Amino acid sequence: MSILRRPTSLFRPRRGPNQSLLTENRALIEDIDRRKLLRGAVSLGALSMLTGCDIAEQSQVQSALRSVSSFNDWVQAKIFDPNKLAPTYSVDQVVKPPRFNAYYEIENVKPVDLASWKLELSGLITDKRPWGLDQISALPEQEVIIKHICVEGWDYIGQWSGPNLRQFLTQIGADLSAKYVAFHGQDDYMESIDMASALHPQTILATKYAGEPITDPFGAPLRLRTAVKLGFKNPKWIRAIEVTNTYQEGFWEKQGFNWFSGL
Amino acid sequence: MKKMHPVAIRIMHWTNAIAMVIMIMSGWKIYNDEVIFGFLHFPDAITLGPWAQHGLQWHFFGMWVLGLNGLAYLVYGLATGRFRRLLLPISPREVIREALAALSFRLQHADLTHYNAVQKTLYVGVILVIILQVISGLAIWKPVQFSFLTALFYDFQGARLAHFFGMTAICLFMVVHVALALLVPKTLLAMVTGGPRVDEDPAARVPSAHASNM
Repeated sequence: MSILRRPTSLFRPRRGPNQSLLTENRALIEDIDRRKLLRGAVSLGALSMLTGCDIAEQSQVQSALRSVSSFNDWVQAKIFDPNKLAPTYSVDQVVKPPRFNAYYEIENVKPVDLASWKLELSGLITDKRPWGLDQISALPEQEVIIKHICVEGWDYIGQWSGPNLRQFLTQIGADLSAKYVAFHGQDDYMESIDMASALHPQTILATKYAGEPITDPFGAPLRLRTAVKLGFKNPKWIRAIEVTNTYQEGFWEKQGFNWFSGL
Repeated sequence: MKKMHPVAIRIMHWTNAIAMVIMIMSGWKIYNDEVIFGFLHFPDAITLGPWAQHGLQWHFFGMWVLGLNGLAYLVYGLATGRFRRLLLPISPREVIREALAALSFRLQHADLTHYNAVQKTLYVGVILVIILQVISGLAIWKPVQFSFLTALFYDFQGARLAHFFGMTAICLFMVVHVALALLVPKTLLAMVTGGPRVDEDPAARVPSAHASNM
């Protein structure tokens, strides 16, 4: 067993990944695990020699706090009311342009090439044909004027429109009883949300801001906007949507932020 | 005859003290990530966790300790009559008179088992502030699910501001509370050992007969 593997949590999926996937890719998985173990052993040893401090003790506190965070995921899912609507606002309260946020600066945004862009679909979905932007634009549009609340503490009112996610998932034949919907961004940013939040009436795949197509810094051509999650759970520049029963840590959870992060 | 601070109270008091320190220090770390007042950043040395996410982890661990312990304390205080016996009634006139006496260092502390009006006001006040702090905290954590709580503070930023001022009030209380406990060390000792034995039946109490018997 790899020492780097996170202890199984009481609150994380019991069913775990589809076992057939494991069998099919056993060789690959074992290879990855061996490499990680080797790398982990080397760097852990090096670290302890460098600092002389007790890493084991540090990581025990860390893993205890992460377990509490997983417990809080479970509590938040219990608190979540799928029919509870977030407050909405009027058009004249909308902030233009929206506030930029990413794990890098606005100058480093790599615009998506709209001509070649396709939305890829994977996982528990019947019709996995990719979608072009014109096809998405042809779908019925829903507008939400909602608060974007950042985990840091700031917020602003934004006016977003695009297809409703529940309708989209239904149309592509997604398994709506699956646990998670994961969004992969062009910039290798990934975040997954629980199915209940994905199906919330105020969760949309936004293509427009204040009636105009979303511009590059804010996630063009497609981003998630859900009224029931903190800002970082709304990936921008989406290139793929995955419906799955496998829990995947997103970009910020890997840094220690709470996964559910529901509002 | 029971001790002035039964063992349950002592455990809850020190649990609360630890939880409160965790909440305040991790709260400062979270605050630093998006300050409310441009002039105010808390030095890293007095915040908890290397980064904001660790501050958040500590805060959302501490909330369970603070919340559950606080709930147990409120139930205990109401059910046993401790609040009624020790914290009530509070007479405004006495509060003013004793506050002036305290400020000129003339306030007597002969009887540990009987709180003066200033103590009563501070203790009732801090309990109410902590309750308000839990409410503003829930309003910040769940502004959609508990939108009715967020609305109590006008909006999300209002709740953040209230949560900040609640923290400030608790910190001020702690400064006074700790300073006075150090000035009158037998009060601090009583919260460790339990203090003098008291009659549990409030009707049998004759205040003057309760000189300190430590």
